[in-house]
Amino acid sequence: MNKLWRFNGGVKLSGFKSLSNAAGVKRPPLPKRLYLPLQQHIGAPAEALVEVGDKVYKGQLIAASSSFISAPVHASSSGTVVELKKHIIAHPSGIAEDCIVIETDGKDEWHSSISALSNPDALDLDELRSRISEAGVVGLGGAVFPSGAKLKPTRSIDTLVINGAECEPYITCDDRLMRTRPREIIRGLLLLRRLVNPTECIIAVEDNKPEAVQHLRRAIDELKSEGIGSVSTVRVVAVPTLFPAGGEKQLIKVLTGKAVPQRGLPYEVGVVCLNVGTTAAVYDAIYEGKPLISRLVTITGPNVKHAANYEVPIGTPVQHMLDIAGADDTGGGEQNRLIMGGPMMGHVLPNAQVPVVKATNCILVEPKADVVPTTAMPCIRCGSCADVCPMHLLPQQLYWHARGKAFDKLDHHNLADCIECGCCAVACPSKIPLVHYFRFAKTEKKEFDAKAIFADQSRVRMQIREARIAQRERELEERKAKRKADRLKKKKAKAAAAAASANASVDDQDQASNGVSV
Amino acid sequence: MILSAIVVLTLLAILFGLLLGYAEKHFHIEGDPVVDQIDALLPQTQCGQCDYPGCRPYAEAIADGEADINQCPPGGQPGIVALAELLGREPKPLNESHGEESIKTVVIIDEKICIGCTLCIQACPVDAIVGATKQMHTIIKDECTGCDLCIPPCPVECIYVIPRDTGLDAWSWPEPRALQG
Repeated sequence: MNKLWRFNGGVKLSGFKSLSNAAGVKRPPLPKRLYLPLQQHIGAPAEALVEVGDKVYKGQLIAASSSFISAPVHASSSGTVVELKKHIIAHPSGIAEDCIVIETDGKDEWHSSISALSNPDALDLDELRSRISEAGVVGLGGAVFPSGAKLKPTRSIDTLVINGAECEPYITCDDRLMRTRPREIIRGLLLLRRLVNPTECIIAVEDNKPEAVQHLRRAIDELKSEGIGSVSTVRVVAVPTLFPAGGEKQLIKVLTGKAVPQRGLPYEVGVVCLNVGTTAAVYDAIYEGKPLISRLVTITGPNVKHAANYEVPIGTPVQHMLDIAGADDTGGGEQNRLIMGGPMMGHVLPNAQVPVVKATNCILVEPKADVVPTTAMPCIRCGSCADVCPMHLLPQQLYWHARGKAFDKLDHHNLADCIECGCCAVACPSKIPLVHYFRFAKTEKKEFDAKAIFADQSRVRMQIREARIAQRERELEERKAKRKADRLKKKKAKAAAAAASANASVDDQDQASNGVSV
Repeated sequence: MILSAIVVLTLLAILFGLLLGYAEKHFHIEGDPVVDQIDALLPQTQCGQCDYPGCRPYAEAIADGEADINQCPPGGQPGIVALAELLGREPKPLNESHGEESIKTVVIIDEKICIGCTLCIQACPVDAIVGATKQMHTIIKDECTGCDLCIPPCPVECIYVIPRDTGLDAWSWPEPRALQG
């Protein structure tokens, strides 16, 4: 058996996974309206291709990728585009962003261009890569980085890691996916394997999901017996359950012992890492020709009646899902706090009108009554936070500098490396909301830097303008001086000429008088 | 004894005088580094609300002790604190007679009304307006500092102040509440 390493720190958490992982994947009825944000991924927002009144079909491209790091958006059901407007999105700010609003017609008709490929294994690599990008596949583990851009590594890759760790409490969508679609995950993995050409492939699952491990291993055996030889390079590895084992850098450390360099990417140590959901989406994109238009979402919480995993069309309002899951009988969501993601790294949703997006892995419904307001006590410098930090940071130092807004010091202590996992806040005996401070400091620093860049730019523009004005004045002055000199010269010449002619006439007169006298 | 002391001290005085003279010539710095440091802390809005014709002149005035550090509304309280720290003074509240700290704004030209007189172009301190005589003018929003200097010269009042676009990129997490105790 292969050796496993361990990452620094981490915390053991209660899973609460049995709330939602017992039931199979459910398909909810379609909502009346779908709200599809143009930006659901890291990078440039997509550009809308449809107009109000257009009829769209399921899987139709409705917004195109606008740069290398960007992803297209597809209609997740058939219907009519009724609005292009700013709608509140799943972001802690509650800011409204550009969305395409589709009124569904209930027929759920596929677009005519969507059909299964006859021979996907014969596709050449570039075609494969561009099909993945065109299908709008992004990292479904939470980072929503466009996957196509990840699949063209500039160096040789040793290990392809498929991340099924799912270390956050409450979330079970990857668990359920691995149990229901293990074959698709492995065939998706084999496609990725062709693209990045690694020496080994690992599917990593936390050891609290034995069923998922079993299903995956059985699927590998099945595929092997069906004569797919390349599947023998794939291993399923159960990693110890320790939050945040599912963090990309932590998982790579556990599996390979390699540390991804600071501010670096996994490919620099010869690893490419993708989520199991992404891998299944790659399978759908290539074998079925289907773009990424739905995803598994865990709807869970202590009081949710039908807590389970739902296959939700992207753009479905969260309220629709809460109604179906029986999360909220009064309909207003007033007595619940909604968290998108898990309790550790998720964030509170501004309200239930926000749509489910590609990044939505879980909606955690917490009764507000259960949320105990904690009073933070002063930091006693015990150092517990540094012991549990999986990124080898000093949260306690960062905390002081975040409070003092000392941006240079925050830089010095590598604030940018913080993955906001929340281990430090869990470990803190004074209950200081450390992650909140770090998120605040990160955005504050970004703003500070942006201001400095803008000020520099304005200063340069001002200087250029002043130099230009000064030069123009100088030129004007010179021209004026030149004109004056010219005028003076002309005047002098005129005077000289006049004097000369006067002299000449005097001479003439003299001559005339002389002549007369002669 | 006294004589030798006088001689030694005189010689020393001459030596140091020469050294200082040499240093003055050879290690001369163009401009005032303090002014540069102050200028780097100012927001470069170039709005003139401080009663000086731009951020650099204000920086010079602060360095000369002519102007106080609390005359810059766009810099706001954080700006005053930064200046106080640099100059080793006590921070003080913003002098309201120069204006109030407000949200970041930009201006926009109503292109239907604009007559193309170029007066605003001449007023803009950062060249953020493009246009030509009797042609429509427009503002380069990304370059506009929100100084509002283009508004008074406009003869047809077609320039409006709008808040700077606050998208996701400009959003900040709220500051956590201060701890108790």
